[in-house]
Amino acid sequence: MFGKLTWQAIPWDQPIPLVAGSVVVLIVLAVLAWVVIKGYLPYLWREWITSVDHKRIGVMYTLLGAVMLLRGFIDAIMMRSQQAAAFRAAGYLPPEHYDQIFSAHGTIMIFFAAMPIVIGLMNFAVPLQLGVRDVAFPTLNSTSFWLTATGALLVNISLVIGEFARTGWLVYPPLSGLPYSPGVGVDYYLWALLISGVGTLMTGINFVTTILKIRAPGMSYLRMTIFCWTALAANLLIVAAFPILTATLAMLALDRYLDFHFFTNEAGGNMMMFINLIWAWGHPEVYILVLPAFGIFSEVISTFSGKPLFNYRSMVAATMFICLVSYMVWLHHFFTMGAGANVNAFFGISTSIIAVGTGVKIYNWLFTMYGGRIRFTTPMLWSIGFLVTFVIGGMTGVLLAVPPADFLLHNSLFLVAHFHNVIIGGVLFAAFAGITYWFPKAFGFKLDEGWGKIAFWLSLIGFYVVFMPLYVAGLLGMTRRLQHYGVAAWRPWVLVAGIGIIIMICAAACQVVQFVVSIRRRDELRDETGDPWDGRSLEWATASPPPPFNFAVLPDVRGEEPYWEIKRRAIETQQLSAEPKYEPIEMPRNSPTGFITAFFCTMTGFALIWHIWWMVGLGIVAAYAVFVWFAWRDVTEYSIPAEEVARFDRARRQAREQWLAQHAGQPA
Amino acid sequence: MRAALVGTVKQLPDSRSAVVTRALQRHAVPCRMSAALIALLSVSGCSGGVLDAQGPIGAADAKILLNAVGIMLVIVVPTIIAILAFGWWFRASNTRARYRPEFVYSGGIEVVVWGIPTLVIMFLGGVIWIGSHDLDPFKPISSPDKPTEVQVVSLDWKWLFIYPDQGVASVNELAVPAGIPVHFSLTSASVMNMFFVPQLGSMIATMNGMVTQLHLAADKPGEFYGQSAQFSGDGFSDMNFILRAVPQDGFAQWIATARQSGSALDRTSYLALCQQSSNVRPFTYRTVDASLFNAVVNQQLPPCPGPNIEGPGATVRPRLER
Amino acid sequence: MSATDTSFDRATDPYRVGHGREWLSAGAGRGYVHATGHGEGGPASKRVIVGYGFWIFLLSDIVMFSAFFAAHAVLQTATAGGPSGRELFNWWSIVLQTFLLLVSSFTCGLSAVATEARSQLWTQLALLVTGLLGLGFLALEGRDFAGMVLQGAGPDRSAFLSSLFAVVGLHGLHVSAGLLWLGTMMAQIFVKGFRADILRRMVCFNLFWHALDIIWVALFTIVYLIGLGR
Repeated sequence: MFGKLTWQAIPWDQPIPLVAGSVVVLIVLAVLAWVVIKGYLPYLWREWITSVDHKRIGVMYTLLGAVMLLRGFIDAIMMRSQQAAAFRAAGYLPPEHYDQIFSAHGTIMIFFAAMPIVIGLMNFAVPLQLGVRDVAFPTLNSTSFWLTATGALLVNISLVIGEFARTGWLVYPPLSGLPYSPGVGVDYYLWALLISGVGTLMTGINFVTTILKIRAPGMSYLRMTIFCWTALAANLLIVAAFPILTATLAMLALDRYLDFHFFTNEAGGNMMMFINLIWAWGHPEVYILVLPAFGIFSEVISTFSGKPLFNYRSMVAATMFICLVSYMVWLHHFFTMGAGANVNAFFGISTSIIAVGTGVKIYNWLFTMYGGRIRFTTPMLWSIGFLVTFVIGGMTGVLLAVPPADFLLHNSLFLVAHFHNVIIGGVLFAAFAGITYWFPKAFGFKLDEGWGKIAFWLSLIGFYVVFMPLYVAGLLGMTRRLQHYGVAAWRPWVLVAGIGIIIMICAAACQVVQFVVSIRRRDELRDETGDPWDGRSLEWATASPPPPFNFAVLPDVRGEEPYWEIKRRAIETQQLSAEPKYEPIEMPRNSPTGFITAFFCTMTGFALIWHIWWMVGLGIVAAYAVFVWFAWRDVTEYSIPAEEVARFDRARRQAREQWLAQHAGQPA
Repeated sequence: MRAALVGTVKQLPDSRSAVVTRALQRHAVPCRMSAALIALLSVSGCSGGVLDAQGPIGAADAKILLNAVGIMLVIVVPTIIAILAFGWWFRASNTRARYRPEFVYSGGIEVVVWGIPTLVIMFLGGVIWIGSHDLDPFKPISSPDKPTEVQVVSLDWKWLFIYPDQGVASVNELAVPAGIPVHFSLTSASVMNMFFVPQLGSMIATMNGMVTQLHLAADKPGEFYGQSAQFSGDGFSDMNFILRAVPQDGFAQWIATARQSGSALDRTSYLALCQQSSNVRPFTYRTVDASLFNAVVNQQLPPCPGPNIEGPGATVRPRLER
Repeated sequence: MSATDTSFDRATDPYRVGHGREWLSAGAGRGYVHATGHGEGGPASKRVIVGYGFWIFLLSDIVMFSAFFAAHAVLQTATAGGPSGRELFNWWSIVLQTFLLLVSSFTCGLSAVATEARSQLWTQLALLVTGLLGLGFLALEGRDFAGMVLQGAGPDRSAFLSSLFAVVGLHGLHVSAGLLWLGTMMAQIFVKGFRADILRRMVCFNLFWHALDIIWVALFTIVYLIGLGR
């Protein structure tokens, strides 16, 4: 009746997951109860859950990513503390549990923390920067988000019901095949990623179409912001790479469910093919994460240096160069698999070539700062931290691209330190910079600068204290994923890393405090005009938060920094441009399609994991029914009358006029 | 800080710094910065790792590693200094700095920032090409001596070493004659693993149904830590072994001792070894079925089984039987 | 500030990438304007947006098929002592499947012509024939698969057979989904007529159906023709 699912699936005999799972379940129930009792549910349903507004979806993506970042971070704390304790000792996490933790850590951080935050920031900012009202396919956008949430939910369910994969975050076969992983762990992984992968692919299609086909009048390609260029590159990569992930995981699922032989040891299966395919996706994936991060830094560095971005066209060229070459480097993840000297050398050289594009970007940022008037706000601090940290991480990456060096360092803690160096220094720092930068636009008030700066310094120091010793441990020969070890030379470095994680815990606490304090002080931190940072791009032309339709009239774009020019003109002439003629605006209706589809996908995914075949059938039929019901809609848009548009816009203009009056006579 | 390796390890006869110096002299590290780095890292206790190579392959790998680091530091260090310097000098409160908002393009800078990294990468590309060919694991070490043959099978979660010429085998203990190249033929009985002795050099993957090759040599007698560098399951952390490099007569003696004790490694005892177990203490086999390794490679001996799925809940949350 | 005032951007645009060309303002932000290239005309029309997005989806689908084709290329000779393609392929069935699919593409095109002419009857007829031909294709393919499984040459026999069943089966899965979509579209046209959004979806369906045909050609070549030579 319920397939493999019995009460024994709950880990009654393992105290740590049992307690952790109970705590999480209690928190979730408490939050749900609070929402229902306070009567927030209708508001949440109407304004957020069924919203197709890119701004709301962006906020939800970012929130999902932030929550999962915490979960992944807790996994990291457990890993570092286990290793610190387990020198010639068992530590407190038995191997079967430790293996799940590092697998979950990697899976969650890449798929459910970093990707959602990056996609969330792109969702929020790209249509605003393009000067348009929404993305190409708003309901599809909502569905993408809810499918990603489904994946995150499934991974978290594995904490309480069943177990997670014990194979590492990339589930190499034959270890992940049925003979060596007969449990439900790898199945949780597969379905969570297959379902959320569809969501991500839809995001890619959505944004490529938006950026290439929906821009404000006059905005040619070379007048888009660099963030939009990097978003384009990242979404092109999503469109071209995520299908490979879907295909590869589907092949593994076929092996596990229907006794296929793609990657098995016997009957001709080829495990090396899995490794090739998964890294053909995997390498573009890290560029999907890091290119928008580069875009965020371009925006932040340019804004807080008070200068246009240096060498814009070269940045565009470097971005598209990186986008293209990222497809030609995947073998550097397995030089030691024995492909031979010619193949190894080719991929080593192609990997080094990508470093040229990244180097160009670093120098462009450097020279953006040169001749600027730099304000050390929290986002700018994150950016400078990034510049230094990423250069070091990039260097170790090029080092690993040299096959003879990789023969010594593959899969060691040196490798672990390298990729954390570039992901934390690149993607995570960009996430915090971007969130701090766009927070006032989304919510109407800034984040507390004091706590933000403390969080930055603690994160920076904590990062170095954790990961620099890991470089050394890797050079001393320590391999990754060890649940315990006996080599005395490694011990001091592992202990220092354990201390570093405590610093990072303090940093994370400060981030949380920052949000609490900012919300409490929101009236003091209010953004009155919509342009709290003296910004240069179009999102700062709107109110904070923007109205649903973003712009009352789509802006006429005449140069590469359209808003900066509008602002300068207004300051020079001491008046705003003439009030435009307001007309009614049609916006897409909210829709529960995304949420309901995701609900049935969660049900189907869970049923597939536990072999509850009747529920699988039911879920698929229900998903099709939702599709038909959505397709049957007659009314898809609603109209905002011209008077209401005028009301929003006049309030915004009034705030700007007040600012002009207060700052009369000051230079632009 | 003593670089003590696994358990009670015999101390090397020479002092550590003398070993490092001799390695430097023998393998003639040309780049002065690399030497400085080695010295720096030795002081900080980096001996005993991959930079403290005790064999020609490892030394060549390490040399390339340090040279590459040196080349890149030439670019990286000035860049980091420039980042911090520009950030500091052009801070808004510094009235002495010239505000140049129109400085958004420079052809000269563009040539430099595309050109210099390209040149460095071209040089590095040469290092990569030559190094990948010279240090291909499949490439034999040139030496007047006939290499010692060792066949390696990775199981869950121990290493089986077969000496086809001598007709003995051992588990989790690898004895080789020092100063003579060793030719490894490697395969796996189950999942992917990676044979790695950090101080002797390159690692190589082991996969079921396939044979990979590796050539290593230990310059002088000593004991070196070995492990698997590819996660292979719950017992992975105990999947380490000791590579014991001994003088030639010591090796003959080890073989002789092995032939006198222990059981025979035939298909039956191999199947027993196949069962998942971890934390296996080293032991030897007195004879080996000559066709065993090839039988594993050809899958005449089927891949070793995974965890026991007979027990309740084993297809939900399989347990490792200790 | 008139639409033709270009003096401002010439003077201040640091990259002088302003094209100075005349363009029409999009007014209240409603879609379609006279575009002058480089996307400068403002947001494109819904028809263009939907079609473009669907093309991007098709490209992503082709990437997914490519991964399965790549797997098949690697595993084509991994027969593990079992039967190879030459022994298994039922040529008449494969040729007939190809014929059915190609003709169904033609009738799909006919339905597009009928839609342009806004003829309910001919649209439904052409779509019905398309659907029936597609069903015929699936029936033949299903029969082939069943036959192979009964022979002991199912996907669990060898890696070659696994990848064969997977890549051909993936195509069949797409055809099945297409038929479900087709049925829904026929119902929608019947009930709601030739409304603008339904017409946009018909364009997408046509693209999808023709793309499946193209993939079948690739499949036929790589799996069956090249497979015959191994």
